[in-house]
This record gives sequence, structure tokens and C-alpha cells, in this order.
Amino acid sequence: MFNESIGKRSNPVKNIVERGAVKKFALSIGDPHPIFIDEETGRQSRYGTNIAPPTFPRVFDFGMIESLNLPNKGLIHGEQVYRYNRPLKVGEEITCYTEVKDYYEKKGKQGEMGFLAFKNYGKDANGEIVFTAEQLVILNETIRRMVMSK
Amino acid sequence: MTTLTELHIGDSLHSIELAPVTRLDLIKYAGASGDFNPIHTIDEEAKNAGLPGIIAHGMWTMGNLAKLFSNLYEIGFIEEYRIRFKGMVFLNDVITLQADLKEKNGNRYFFNVAATNQSGKEAISGEVIFKTY
Repeated sequence: MFNESIGKRSNPVKNIVERGAVKKFALSIGDPHPIFIDEETGRQSRYGTNIAPPTFPRVFDFGMIESLNLPNKGLIHGEQVYRYNRPLKVGEEITCYTEVKDYYEKKGKQGEMGFLAFKNYGKDANGEIVFTAEQLVILNETIRRMVMSK
Repeated sequence: MTTLTELHIGDSLHSIELAPVTRLDLIKYAGASGDFNPIHTIDEEAKNAGLPGIIAHGMWTMGNLAKLFSNLYEIGFIEEYRIRFKGMVFLNDVITLQADLKEKNGNRYFFNVAATNQSGKEAISGEVIFKTY
């Protein structure tokens, strides 16, 4: 079922880089730097406003990919890559979607593991890509069988 | 604040040792990120998943590591941040964040980055490409 998902995209979802969410997120990673949370620092910076930490897109809704139902437990996060054309600005609207890039299986110590690669996209109001994020999710044999049998 | 242009190949940004990981750290990250996978917050769920106890979200550690670059916001930004999740972070672990400059190319600075635990074992490692304006 995962092979059939390769190339599928979610429907785009509009997300706001919300001031309160950025502050809460920055605090939760122990990085309450004024460039993220102090309005005056943001105003005086080259960005003219506050920016968000580079891993902030974890908060965004990237939409659902049709017929891809992953359990919310038992997945292992293997790798993560963010690529930015510029930092995210507080208050802006980012349109997000995700795509299944690849799926493959490899024999590991705990049986046949599944590797599912996603690529996420974030575009600004002008349709320009602000960031992309690649994510490798590992499914162990138990989880893989469970999902397959559905 | 370290001036980026004064860094030489092999030099490090000022490294940071985090306070021991607490359950509240992970509860806060779950709330802020929306990642409510219970193996990060609830002992019983972690044990059911075959873990000795709750573990930190990999993205919590990755989020923490990026703060080595937060001070540099006026001169550039993180263009690429690539991480491999290698080892688990447990409660009370003491995590050290590190970034070493390995290459400079025009306005791009290539860093090896890692978060290691109190035994020197890597929890996450990877690369940051910092691009200056």
C-alpha cells in the first residue's frame, strides 16, 4: 500500500505563523531569543518583524494524503532536513502541503523495516517557496504488518 | 557573540550544556509542537512500546540544537539543517550542543552539528549550512 502512495500529495493547507505559537514553541525548545519573541527586537531587525525558529514548521498542518493512514504510535523518526530560502516571519500566511517521495523496505535486526520518505513544502502569499522539509519515517515489522493488514 | 567571519575551519561555536531533561520539558514540547505521541510523556506507554522509560521527541533535541545559531540572525540564516536521529534521550540526561565549522565557501558556512549525552554518545548529528547576507 505504501508503494501506491509514492508521488501522492496532500491538499494544501493555509497556516499562520502565529505570534503566540512561535513564543510557546521557542520556549519549549529552550530558545526564548528576543528575535523570536520580542516585538521591538523584531521591528529593529533586518526582517522588520520577529522570525520563527528553523524547526517551527513541526507545528504546521501539511494536510492529509488520501489513503495513507499512519498510526500515531510506533513510528521512528530517522532523518529530518529543512531547507530555507529565508526565515519564516511572524504573522505571515504559509501554504503547506506534503508529498510521499519514496518507500522502500530493508532487512534489519528486528525484521523487515519500512522506510517512508516525505517532502513538505511551505509557500508564502506570493507563491514563493520559503522552505521545504524532508522527513524519513521508519516502520518496524510489527507496525508495517498492522498497517498493511488494514 | 562569536563573530562568524572570525571563525576558522575546525573552530566551534560556543557550545551549550542543557539542564537535565525533565518530563515537563517534554510535556511543553508536546503542547507547543502538537506531537502527542505518548511515548514522550507517559511511562506506561513508553514501557508498552518496549522502552525503559519515556524518551524525548527527536524534534525537541533538533529544535534545541538550532539555538547555537539564533544570535547570528542579523548576518544570515540557516539555509539547510540536516539531522540524523541516532540515539534516544531519556529523563535526566544531560545534553551538550555543539557546532564545528568544517568548511567555508563564499557566503556559506558548513558546520557539523551534534547533541551528545553525558556519556558522550550522540543523540542526533548532522549538518548546518549557514548563509550570510
